[in-house]
Amino acid sequence: MKEITLRVFRYRPEAEAEPTFQEYAVPLRDDWAVLDALNYVKEEIDPTLSYRWSCRMGICGSCGMTVNGDPKLSCGTFLVDHAPGPITVEPLRNFPVIRDLVIEMTDFMQKLGAVQPWIIRDESDDDPDTELLQTPSEMDDYKRYSMCINCMLCYSACPVYGLDSKFIGPAAIALAQRYNLDSRDEGQEERLDVLSEDEGVWGCTFVGECTRACPKGVDPAGAIQRAKLIAANEAVKAFLLPRWVR
Amino acid sequence: MTTDFWQRLHRQRVPLLWWTSRRTYLLFVVRELTSVAVVWFVVYLLLLVRSVGAGPGDYERFLDWSAQPWMVVLNALALALAIVHTITWFMVTPQAMVLKVRGRRVPGVALAGALYVAWFAVSAVILLLVLA
Amino acid sequence: MTAPEVTSTHDVVIVGGGGAGLRAAIAVAETDPRLSVAVVSKVYPMRSHTVSAEGGAAAAIAAEDSFDEHVYDTVSGGDWLCDQDAVELFVHEARAELLRLEHWGCPWSRTPDGHVAVRAFGGMKKMRTWFAADKTGFHLLHTLFQTSLKYRPVTRYDEWYATRLLVDDGRVCGVVAIELMTGRIEAIGAKAVVLATGGGGRVFPFTTNANICTGDGMALAYRAGAPLKDMEFVQYHPTGLPFTGILITEAARAEGGWLLNKDGYRYLQDYDLGTPTPEPVLRSMELGPRDRLSQAFVHEAAKGRTIDTPYGPVVHLDLRHLGAAKIEAKLPMVRELCLDYERIDPVRDLVPVRPVVHYMMGGVHTDVRAATPLGGLFAAGETACVSINGANRLGSNSLPEILVFGARAGAAAAAYAMEAAPAGAGVAAQAADETRRLEELLDRAGGESIAAIRTAMQHTMEGAAGIYRDGDTLAKAVDTLRELQERATAAGVGDRSRTFNTQLVAALELAAMLDIAESIVHSALRREESRGAHQRTDFPARDDVRFLAHSMAYREADGGCRIEYQPVTVTRWPPGERVYGR
Ligand SMILES: Cc1cc2nc3c(=O)[nH]c(=O)nc-3n(C[C@H](O)[C@H](O)[C@H](O)COP(=O)(O)OP(=O)(O)OC[C@H]3O[C@@H](n4cnc5c(N)ncnc54)[C@H](O)[C@@H]3O)c2cc1C
Ligand code: SF4
Ligand code: FES
Repeated sequence: MKEITLRVFRYRPEAEAEPTFQEYAVPLRDDWAVLDALNYVKEEIDPTLSYRWSCRMGICGSCGMTVNGDPKLSCGTFLVDHAPGPITVEPLRNFPVIRDLVIEMTDFMQKLGAVQPWIIRDESDDDPDTELLQTPSEMDDYKRYSMCINCMLCYSACPVYGLDSKFIGPAAIALAQRYNLDSRDEGQEERLDVLSEDEGVWGCTFVGECTRACPKGVDPAGAIQRAKLIAANEAVKAFLLPRWVR
Repeated sequence: MTTDFWQRLHRQRVPLLWWTSRRTYLLFVVRELTSVAVVWFVVYLLLLVRSVGAGPGDYERFLDWSAQPWMVVLNALALALAIVHTITWFMVTPQAMVLKVRGRRVPGVALAGALYVAWFAVSAVILLLVLA
Repeated sequence: MTAPEVTSTHDVVIVGGGGAGLRAAIAVAETDPRLSVAVVSKVYPMRSHTVSAEGGAAAAIAAEDSFDEHVYDTVSGGDWLCDQDAVELFVHEARAELLRLEHWGCPWSRTPDGHVAVRAFGGMKKMRTWFAADKTGFHLLHTLFQTSLKYRPVTRYDEWYATRLLVDDGRVCGVVAIELMTGRIEAIGAKAVVLATGGGGRVFPFTTNANICTGDGMALAYRAGAPLKDMEFVQYHPTGLPFTGILITEAARAEGGWLLNKDGYRYLQDYDLGTPTPEPVLRSMELGPRDRLSQAFVHEAAKGRTIDTPYGPVVHLDLRHLGAAKIEAKLPMVRELCLDYERIDPVRDLVPVRPVVHYMMGGVHTDVRAATPLGGLFAAGETACVSINGANRLGSNSLPEILVFGARAGAAAAAYAMEAAPAGAGVAAQAADETRRLEELLDRAGGESIAAIRTAMQHTMEGAAGIYRDGDTLAKAVDTLRELQERATAAGVGDRSRTFNTQLVAALELAAMLDIAESIVHSALRREESRGAHQRTDFPARDDVRFLAHSMAYREADGGCRIEYQPVTVTRWPPGERVYGR
C-alpha cells in the first residue's frame, strides 16, 4: 500500500519548552481524511498524540486544524487531495496551544455569551400553545448565520484577531446577527452595546478571509459589514434625532 | 498549579510578514494601501478650493503647479489606485448590503451592477461639465 | 495533582451537556433561580452528540393527527415493550417542548404561511415530524446551548470527564471529575445528580455514533448499584454510509427515497412491508420501522442480492427521482455529506448504504419523573430508559424524549435538592479513593494497547449482539468480555502527561464500554425470544408469556451481571401484531 507522510506539530508542555514537528508515515487510502490518519497514528504508532474530534461528519466543530497552512476541519480534508505529501498538520492559528493540536478557546466561549445569543423579546403576550409565526422568507434573512458550528476556523484565518485577541471576531458577530435578523427577536439594541465597541465590529477591516475559511457557508464577513451598517445608522440617528423619535 | 498551567500554554505569534503568506492577505493589504490615493485626492481638492478662494492669481499658480510632469504622473497613479479602491469596494458591497425588493433578495451581481451604472453616470455628468 | 477535597458544591450537578443535560439545567434554573446548577461535560456542550441528529423531532401538531395515534405508533413500533403510561405522558409533553424550543429561536422549517412544517417518518402513521431542514439536532442543540447562556445560576465545567458517582448511605451526593486541560481531579458535591451522558454506540465497530458515545453514564450508574434496563435492544439504522458509518437520515426515505438491491429491485416488498408505489406511503415499504428494514437487509445479503464493497455488502438508496431542488431544500445535509465524505452526488448517483448501529433503547432504569432507584440520582436522554422506546425506537422520537425527560429530570432533581440534607462524611474518603485509582491508572506501565482491546470488544459485540443473535455465540461473548475486562485492567494508558490526556480518557471510556457490553450480552442471552431489535435465531418468536417484561441488569460485587425482570405497563393498547404496509 502507498504511504504518505504526516508532519505533525507536537507540543508537550511538561516535557519541552518549544514545539517540534514529528513525522509519521501512514497509509495513503482514498477514503481517508486527515483525521483518519491521525487516528491511525494514535492507535498504531504513538498513543500520546493529542487532538480533539467527535462526530467525524463535519457538524460538531471539534476537529479544526491547520492543514498545509489552511484552517480546515480535519474530518473533511482528504489525504488524496494533498498527495504525494508531506502533509503538515498544525493547531489552529491565533489561539494558545494547550498541547499538540489542542487549542485553548475559552476566549471565544466568553465572547459568545457577551453578544447575548438568545431570543430577546417581550414575552408577555406570547401564547405558549402556538408557534410564533415566521415565513420561509423571514427565516431566510438569518438562516445562513445560524449555520455556525463554532469550529473556530474563521478566527484562525483572521489576521485582526491574531494581532489583537480583544477583537470579538467573526463567528460571535455572525451569531449576534443571527438573532438580530430573526423576526422573533427584539434585542438588536441591547446587542449593539457590545458590537459597537472598538473591539466590536469596528475592529474588522474586512479582510474577508473568515468567509473563505468557513466550512458551513456562514459568511461572517458579510455579517460584520451588515452589523457595521446598523451600528453606523444607530449612531447617526442617536446624534441627529431627539430620543422620542428614535 | 493552575498558574503554572497558564504559563505553559504555547502562544502562537503572528509573524511580522504575515500579509505575504497568502495571496488574499496581500490583496487585502494592497486594497488598504490604495486608500492613501483617496486621501491624496481629498487633500488635492482642498488645495484647489483654497486657491480658487484666494483669487485668480493663486488659481493660475495652482494650475501651473499641477501641470508639472511629476504631478501629472502622481495624479495619474493616484487615479489608477482610486479606481482599484472603488472596484474592490463595489465587489464587497453586496456582501454588506442586503436589499430586498418585494420580499426577494436582490442578487449581488445586480447590486454591484447598479453601483457601476451610478458611477459611470456621475463620471459622465462631470465629464460633460468639464468639456462644456 | 491536588488533594481530593470536595472543592465545590452545587444543588444539582448534571453530567452531560447534550440536549437532555442542557434542557435539565434550564429546568433547574427555572424551578428556582436560587439553586446552583452545574453542567459537567467531557466536550464543550455544543459538540455533544445531539448535534448530529438529522431528520427531526416528533410531536402531534397537525389538525388531522392525535396524541393517541402517536402513542399507538410508538407502542407498536416498540413491539409492545414500551411502558404505556410513560408514552402517553411523553406524547402530550413533546408538543409543548417543541413549541418552547420554537419560542427560544429554533429555526424549524416552515410552511409558506409561517406555521411549523411536519414531514413523514418511519413507522409513523401521520406526518408529525418537525424538522429544521436535515440539521434538526444541530439547530436544537445550539438553540438550547445559546439559550442556556442567559441563565446565571448555571455553572459549566466544560471538558471535564466524570469518573465516578459519590454515594453516601445509598444516596448519590456528587461526582469525581477530571479537568482535561490541567489534569486536575476534583470532587464536585451535589444534593442531586442528573446523568445525561447519551448513548454508547461505540461499543460496536460500525456506528453512526460520535467518538464520545461510550455509555459513560450508564457505567457510572451501574457501578453505583442502579440497574440498567433493556440493554439487549440495540437499534441498527438501515442506511449508514459504508466505512465512515455516517448516517443518511430516514428523512431521505420520508421524502420519497427508495431502497434497491443489486438488481435495482425495491426488495422490501418481499418482507411483508407492503407493495411499492412511486409516492411514499406512511408505515409502509421504505417507511417501515428500522428493525424490520435492517433485518430485511440481512436476508437480502444472505440471498446474494446485495452489492459487495471493500466494507462489506451494501444496497442502494435512490434519491435521483426527487430532483435537485427538493434535495437542496429538504435534504441539504444528505447531499453535503455524500459529496464531502463519499464523493458522490445523490442528485445523479445511487448512494451505497448498509445497516449501522445507531441507538440504545436501553439505559439507566428510571420512572416517569426520571428518578433512578438510587436516592438523589436522576437520568434522562439516551442514557436513560423510561421506557418509551421499548424494543425498537421510532425515528424522531428521541429528540423530543431528551427534551421532555430532560425537563422532568431537572424539575425532579431541583425538588429533591431543595429537601435534601448536605452530604455526609463518607464522601471525602471515596473521593480520595478515586483520586488514588486514577493516579495509579496514569502511572501504570506497559501492557496491551487500549486500542487493541477496544477493537477486540467491538468485534465481539458485532459478532454476538448484531441484528441476529443466538444463544451459543452470546454465551461465548460473555466469556470473551470477561477476559477482555481482565486484559483492560492490566493495560497501561501509554501517556503519563497531566495535560489534555486523551489517552487517559480513552482508557476510562473503554472501561465504561466493557461494563455496558457485558450488560448487553447478559440481557440478550437471557431473553429467549425475538422482539423488535432483539432477534434470536434460536427463539424466532415473540413470547409475551415469559418476556413481556423489562430486563434489569444489576452489577454484582464480583463484577458479574445479574438479570431480573420487571413487568411492562400496559394501559390501553394490549399486545398485538405489528402490521406494516397492510
Ligand atoms: C447520526 C444520528 C442522527 C440522529 N437523528 C435523530 C433524529 O433525526 N431524530 C431523533 O429523534 N433522534 C435522532 N438521533 C438520536 C438522538 O440524536 C440522540 O439519542 C440524542 O441526541 C441523545 O441526546 P442526549 O442529550 O441524551 O446525549 P448527547 O447529546 O450524546 O450528550 C451526551 C453528553 O454527555 C457528556 N458526557 C458523556 N460522558 C461523560 C463523562 N464521562 N463525563 C462528562 N460528560 C460526559 C457529553 O460530553 C455530552 O455533552 C440521531 C442519532 C444519531 C447518532
Ligand atoms: S463562522 Fe464558519 S468558520 Fe467561523 S466558527 Fe462558524 S462555522 Fe466555523
Ligand atoms: S469531527 Fe466533528 S466536525 Fe470534524
